[in-house]
Amino acid sequence: MIGFDFHAPKTQPEALELLARYGEDAKLLAGGTGLINMMKQNLVQPAALIQLSRIPGLDGIDASDGEVRIGALATHRNIETSPVIARELPLLAETYRHVATVRIRNVATIGGGLAHADPMQDPPASLLVLDTSVQTVSPGGGRTIPLSDLFVDYYETSLQPDEMIVEVRVPKPPAGATTTFLKFLPRSQDDYATVSVAALLVADERGICRDVRIGLGAAGSTPIRARNVEEALVGQPASLDAFRQAAALVKDVVDPISDVRGSAEYKRDMAEVFTRRALERCWTLAQARRP
Amino acid sequence: MSEITIRINGKQHRQDVPANRMLVDFLRYDLGMTGTKEACSVGVCGACTVLVDGRMVSSCLTLAISLDGAEITTVEGLAGETGLSKVQESFVKYGGYQCGICTPGQVVSAYALLQENPHPSEDEVKDWMMGNLCRCTGYYKIIESVMKANEAE
Repeated sequence: MIGFDFHAPKTQPEALELLARYGEDAKLLAGGTGLINMMKQNLVQPAALIQLSRIPGLDGIDASDGEVRIGALATHRNIETSPVIARELPLLAETYRHVATVRIRNVATIGGGLAHADPMQDPPASLLVLDTSVQTVSPGGGRTIPLSDLFVDYYETSLQPDEMIVEVRVPKPPAGATTTFLKFLPRSQDDYATVSVAALLVADERGICRDVRIGLGAAGSTPIRARNVEEALVGQPASLDAFRQAAALVKDVVDPISDVRGSAEYKRDMAEVFTRRALERCWTLAQARRP
Repeated sequence: MSEITIRINGKQHRQDVPANRMLVDFLRYDLGMTGTKEACSVGVCGACTVLVDGRMVSSCLTLAISLDGAEITTVEGLAGETGLSKVQESFVKYGGYQCGICTPGQVVSAYALLQENPHPSEDEVKDWMMGNLCRCTGYYKIIESVMKANEAE
């Protein structure tokens, strides 16, 4: 790994000043599990690293009004074990538990993971399903970016060089929603997914699908929502047949690459299989809740 | 170069480090503490596991310079003045090692688990220790060693 300047600012304004000074030549260091690996392979060679962990107040997890606010530096392990997350967003507890190993989850952060924008990651599929957005700060003030507008391409986001994520905002799921996260792991338990699917389903008392959301990871150059599958089901009676027909549509929106975890063709097939299973799982959970 | 102050196994160190020095190299080459091993170098295998402020991390993915003021525990810090720690004794008693290269990482990870959960179930051990690979494949005895570490004598 080549050398670089190292800074550990203690406040957000100091961090922003450093970002502004170095521009695209600086990288923000959160947990480092993604960035340091890329630097060790010389895939990324920043002139400066700006460590964020000395800035207080960036790792909280708080529920308010209709949403949960998660500080950008909350670790995967913080989220996995948080009582607030367990109560308000069980889908996230379930998802973060599936990421890598405890040792990695101890340091990898929610904000760092999103800025890293590796489409193989698990959390984005579930965060997309929950209509998450990120709050940023920059010398111009900052903005709220819906997650669907954050991801641009492999390891590429719409964040500006002088901008940093400070908070992740997750709306609470609608009343009566059931959720699930399925990660297909044919190799080892700590691997990236061959494909991962997050799903949310709201069916009314007559069993009509009122809200359907499908998110996929490892299925293209960014994590995606399968809007075509969702639209095919909304207004339809929930049934295994309906799920099967709708899940087949996911093949039109996924664009996986062939790698050690399977050929592109195989992954497209598995995207359909796991989309169907995720819908079935949500429906089973919904029926179990009925009196 | 920047100077960092870091506490390792209870002993304070003040040392200049280059920005790109990984913690595992700092321990092994700068301080001569070769108990911590490096194998995969990408955070997957667990050989280089140490505790930073009580949480297990991969020292091959951690920059030493980022740890100013931190408290580190390595495998050298587990034994007390009266001898090996319980978890180390258990690895000896139940044969939780073969060639030994993964053992420091296994023992440190097990120690971290037992701090949180003194009597883990088999599933809890497997879940926690999943990121510590043993290429001799001695997993059954490792699991047994962890589960029995806090058993009454």
